[in-house]
Amino acid sequence: MTGSTVFWYASRATGVVALLLLTAVFVLGILVNRRGRLPGLPGFAVTNLHRNISLLAVAAIAVHVAAAVLDTYVHIPLLAAVVPFTSGYERLWLGLGAVSLDLMLAIIVTSVLRGRLNPVLWRVIHLTAYACWPVAFVHSVYASKDLQHGPLLYLALACAAMIVAAVAYRLAAASRQVPRAARVGMLLKDQPAKGLVEQGQIAGGPVMRGPRR
Amino acid sequence: MTSTLRVNPIACGGHGACAELLPELIELDEWGYPIVDPQPIPPQLIKEARRAVATCPVLALKLIQQLRQLRARRDRDAVRPGLSLAAPSGNHQTPAGARRECS
Amino acid sequence: MTSAATRPVSAAGGAARPASGLPRLLPPGPQAPNLNAHLARHGRAPHVTSEFIAAVEAAGLTGRGGAAFPTHRKLAVVAAQRGASKLVVANAAESEPASHKDKTLLQQAPHLVLDGLQLAAEAVGASQVRLYLHHTSAAIGTAIAERKAAGIDQHEILVSMAPPRFLAGQETALVNRIQGGPALPTYGFPRVAENGILVQNAETLAHLALIARYGPGWFRAVGTENEPGTMLATILSPGGRPLVTELPIGVPLRAIVDAASTSAVLVGGYHGTWLPVTKLGSLTLDNTTLNRHGAALGAGVIAALPHGSCGLKEAARVVRYLAAESAGQCGPCLNGLPRIATAMAEAAGARPRQQTIDSITRWATAVSGRGACHHPDGTVRFVRSALTTFAAELRSHRNNQCTATTSQPFLPVPDVWTMPTTEEAWR
Repeated sequence: MTGSTVFWYASRATGVVALLLLTAVFVLGILVNRRGRLPGLPGFAVTNLHRNISLLAVAAIAVHVAAAVLDTYVHIPLLAAVVPFTSGYERLWLGLGAVSLDLMLAIIVTSVLRGRLNPVLWRVIHLTAYACWPVAFVHSVYASKDLQHGPLLYLALACAAMIVAAVAYRLAAASRQVPRAARVGMLLKDQPAKGLVEQGQIAGGPVMRGPRR
Repeated sequence: MTSTLRVNPIACGGHGACAELLPELIELDEWGYPIVDPQPIPPQLIKEARRAVATCPVLALKLIQQLRQLRARRDRDAVRPGLSLAAPSGNHQTPAGARRECS
Repeated sequence: MTSAATRPVSAAGGAARPASGLPRLLPPGPQAPNLNAHLARHGRAPHVTSEFIAAVEAAGLTGRGGAAFPTHRKLAVVAAQRGASKLVVANAAESEPASHKDKTLLQQAPHLVLDGLQLAAEAVGASQVRLYLHHTSAAIGTAIAERKAAGIDQHEILVSMAPPRFLAGQETALVNRIQGGPALPTYGFPRVAENGILVQNAETLAHLALIARYGPGWFRAVGTENEPGTMLATILSPGGRPLVTELPIGVPLRAIVDAASTSAVLVGGYHGTWLPVTKLGSLTLDNTTLNRHGAALGAGVIAALPHGSCGLKEAARVVRYLAAESAGQCGPCLNGLPRIATAMAEAAGARPRQQTIDSITRWATAVSGRGACHHPDGTVRFVRSALTTFAAELRSHRNNQCTATTSQPFLPVPDVWTMPTTEEAWR
């Protein structure tokens, strides 16, 4: 194996790792939003895992990019990692990788600076995660042919399936969400009934969460 | 310098991470919303308090640092002359003052 | 219910100083509230500078919107703010269903309120003024037009509309609304005044307009040492229509309420306190005395519950309204108030369970002081005082009896079931 091949394999391997980590970050992000829990872990772990794994993903991508640049078999300028569509090799697919990395960096930087930023701005940039993952996925599938056959194909499909499930869950929750102005009215209309009475409490309906999320 | 914890009740979504990380000062009510101790944070818990503030997924928990004399003046201003803390007030009092009212 | 005629009431001895020159805010007799009559009675308002704030401090004026905050302090905070354009808002959005004083004041003496608005703007260095209301009227439109024609205002008076929500008059909700958003309370620092916005109740501004003309000494000639001046009160009495009167602060409550025909008195409004009629003899209409009994002047509503009415049923109706008027932004209020309302409905009915009453106590503590505004606190005060004052009635209910002889509602409550539950309802 030549030195160049080591870099090439390293880049492909860290690419797969990055995709897995990004899939995990995305799903964890939905869990944070839905106040979900991971079995056996405290609630704050979901938030912290979401944040820490995103940093890990950036680290994996740093190696992924460095290895691809250092590899001499094809010429990929370093800048192509963040400036989309400037690579000579596989301009389109690598360009998509750069797009998703840009979005990722924007999301992470705005999250680190969240306390000082306009909350609407933070939210809008965070929402680009819904674009970031599909773009990263397309980059993963087409930049090299690794994910197009064999076990890695199943891995890619599994990741995609998890994202689709997470998004579907999120959309369903959004459509079930009671708008702020209607919440109190809903709670008032619920009459004491079934289940809550035997707990020795007067019913008042479900616990309502605050608005917006 | 005294530090107190304060929660923005509008931003708070009842995630509960704060109560897990700082059970000494924060507990959850029956609906999952935090009841925050309005007293100054003991120095040995400041680090944990900062962690709790950072972990809140919506940044509703805040650490307020005040010079001692500023805090005393704000508390005095929060109590209207002739009114006890139990009296109605249309103006927004400091949440710390308001919470003392109920406990 | 519309407000009935007004009549001046003089102090009946006791601790209050003898009344002189009442009524002050309201016109002495039926007269058109036009500019000429206003000028004939009071003359033109003087121009003032920030030195006027010292006069307001000497006068001891406190806010008449419910908080009783020393007016000079708020003026000073806003005056001290640097920077672009400051704004003064006359808060005439009288969201309290039982209160009619601000509507009456605007109907009968709009020019005092508008004078006060201009004076406050001069004192704090504001460049814009607004009038914030639930309903405009021909009288207000005419008053503003008259002033414009006469050219007596330094700043043009703009009108902002408040939605028909209980919280619309809350300070941060007001600011939210006039800045183009919904009338929802907000949370945050710096506070409204520190942002260069002065919000004052309409009646407070009217008092300012008189202090500017007649001086702090004149203002202190009635009322008590700690709480000088007069106040407008809305009196709801058995069998009568609501009455708005101007009273010196410190008037004994027994001079306003006929103890014989009432079983309990609600002082302050729907965020106020129920007191048993037995306490009437020791109560005067001032915060110093009322605070000792856990009450306060609040929005200036005094409602005397008729003997034949069930206090718990009245309270339960009001609490349901208060719960429905929650902004629904803060978890404790959103979850607690509807549950308290449902439990109060059970308390007002037949055979309420002890666990229900215990739940009310638990929820009241859970909810008070934990919102962005004082809506849950005020509601809890109302509920707790109702359960204390009507404890005997509660015992009767638990024995499946109610002492009420009429089911005619007494306290005015907008119909909860027709209240809209859309975002538009808050704009």
